[in-house]
Amino acid sequence: MAVDEGLKIELGKQGVFVTTLQELYNWGRRSSVWPMNFGLACCAIEMIATTMARYDMARFGAEVFRPSPRQADMMIISGTVTKKMAPQVVRLYNQMAEPRYVIAMGACAISGGPFKQGYNVLKGIDRYIPVDIHIPGCPPRPEALLEAFMALQKKIDAQHLTGEDRPRHLDAEAQGLFPVPGQGEHDLEPAANKSVWTVPVVIR
Amino acid sequence: MKTVEEIKAAIEAAVPGAGVEIVSNPGPSAQHSLLIAPESAVAVATFLRDHAELALDFLSNVTGVDWPDKEIAEKVKVTRTVTKTVEGVEQSAEETVEETRKRVEPGYLEVVYHFYSMAKKHGPVVLRMRTANRTDKVQLPSMTPVWRSAEFQEREVFDLFGVEFTGHPDLRRILMWDGFKDHPMRRDYVEPDDYDYEPTAHDEVLKKAQAHQAALAGQKGAGE
Ligand code: SF4
Repeated sequence: MAVDEGLKIELGKQGVFVTTLQELYNWGRRSSVWPMNFGLACCAIEMIATTMARYDMARFGAEVFRPSPRQADMMIISGTVTKKMAPQVVRLYNQMAEPRYVIAMGACAISGGPFKQGYNVLKGIDRYIPVDIHIPGCPPRPEALLEAFMALQKKIDAQHLTGEDRPRHLDAEAQGLFPVPGQGEHDLEPAANKSVWTVPVVIR
Repeated sequence: MKTVEEIKAAIEAAVPGAGVEIVSNPGPSAQHSLLIAPESAVAVATFLRDHAELALDFLSNVTGVDWPDKEIAEKVKVTRTVTKTVEGVEQSAEETVEETRKRVEPGYLEVVYHFYSMAKKHGPVVLRMRTANRTDKVQLPSMTPVWRSAEFQEREVFDLFGVEFTGHPDLRRILMWDGFKDHPMRRDYVEPDDYDYEPTAHDEVLKKAQAHQAALAGQKGAGE
């Protein structure tokens, strides 16, 4: 249930603050999204720069990089995911507690990027885990990461606590464990998790 | 620094039966290299490292090269005797014809080492070794006992080219996982067909993506 904006402002002038439980709850969640301390390649350098004084991710409540997936709310896939690393990335994601979010940062993480045709590079981490925000760029500038983070906050803000689109941690039926790909003789097996990723339709 | 010819002479004097050949580099850099026989490689390496004047104490780089089997077509002139009947009389005459003959030169794997001397500030000296073939006789002696820095790079050559280094202390794959079967830097490497989503394909990738789509359509057609 939402409060009428105009009424809210009028009441605010009188010193009365009205909100909904959902708004308060989501405000708390989005204002303290702790990322996992985890970088994969050159994009990680930009991610580090984003947390430093000049760009200052702390303004958004995301300054505490947790070294353990158990304590992290968000995973920034910052860089090239090699086929050797992909199972570990999925495993780390599985170890994170709900609610958890994923930002795929940079051309490599979203598609394999400059190494797409390489024998050792995964063509996008969204083949194995659900990705909330994709950032293109090689590397994306810190501003782009901040923009992505703000987009994620908007996404969290818009989530309803009940109903179909409720976040996964409020949905007992939701899938929590994502299968870790095996390392086969020629490639990762399976090459993609069909329940997460389907071949997008290319419109020409 | 000594020229390659001088180094070759020095090696041959010190290591009997070393079997050193010079592989010349026709490019402007003129970095000629020494092809050494695998049997005496460790002796040659130790000699180069401990030589007072050369003192090649630093192994900077190990790399592999895959030379696939080459089919060579040669034109040869063949003279043979032909019998002709001219005006009812049989005559034999010599005739020269050109024939194209094909032969297959077997391929091999090659490992290239670049050495420098930190003490004498010179280099590089380039050594090469070749395997007997590309399939089963791919053993070469490891340089790790002589230069410790060869360890990881030889593991990489093993991983990507499939050269087996005998005498290596820890020969495991280094970039790919242990269960991986292929050697991706070989020229006949067949990559997994994962061209299912190529939004901006062109050239080679476009061909592969189209082949993938055609194969998919074929599968669907057969399934119905
Ligand atoms: S997208 Fe570019 S900058 Fe980022 S990890 Fe890949 S190559 Fe490096």
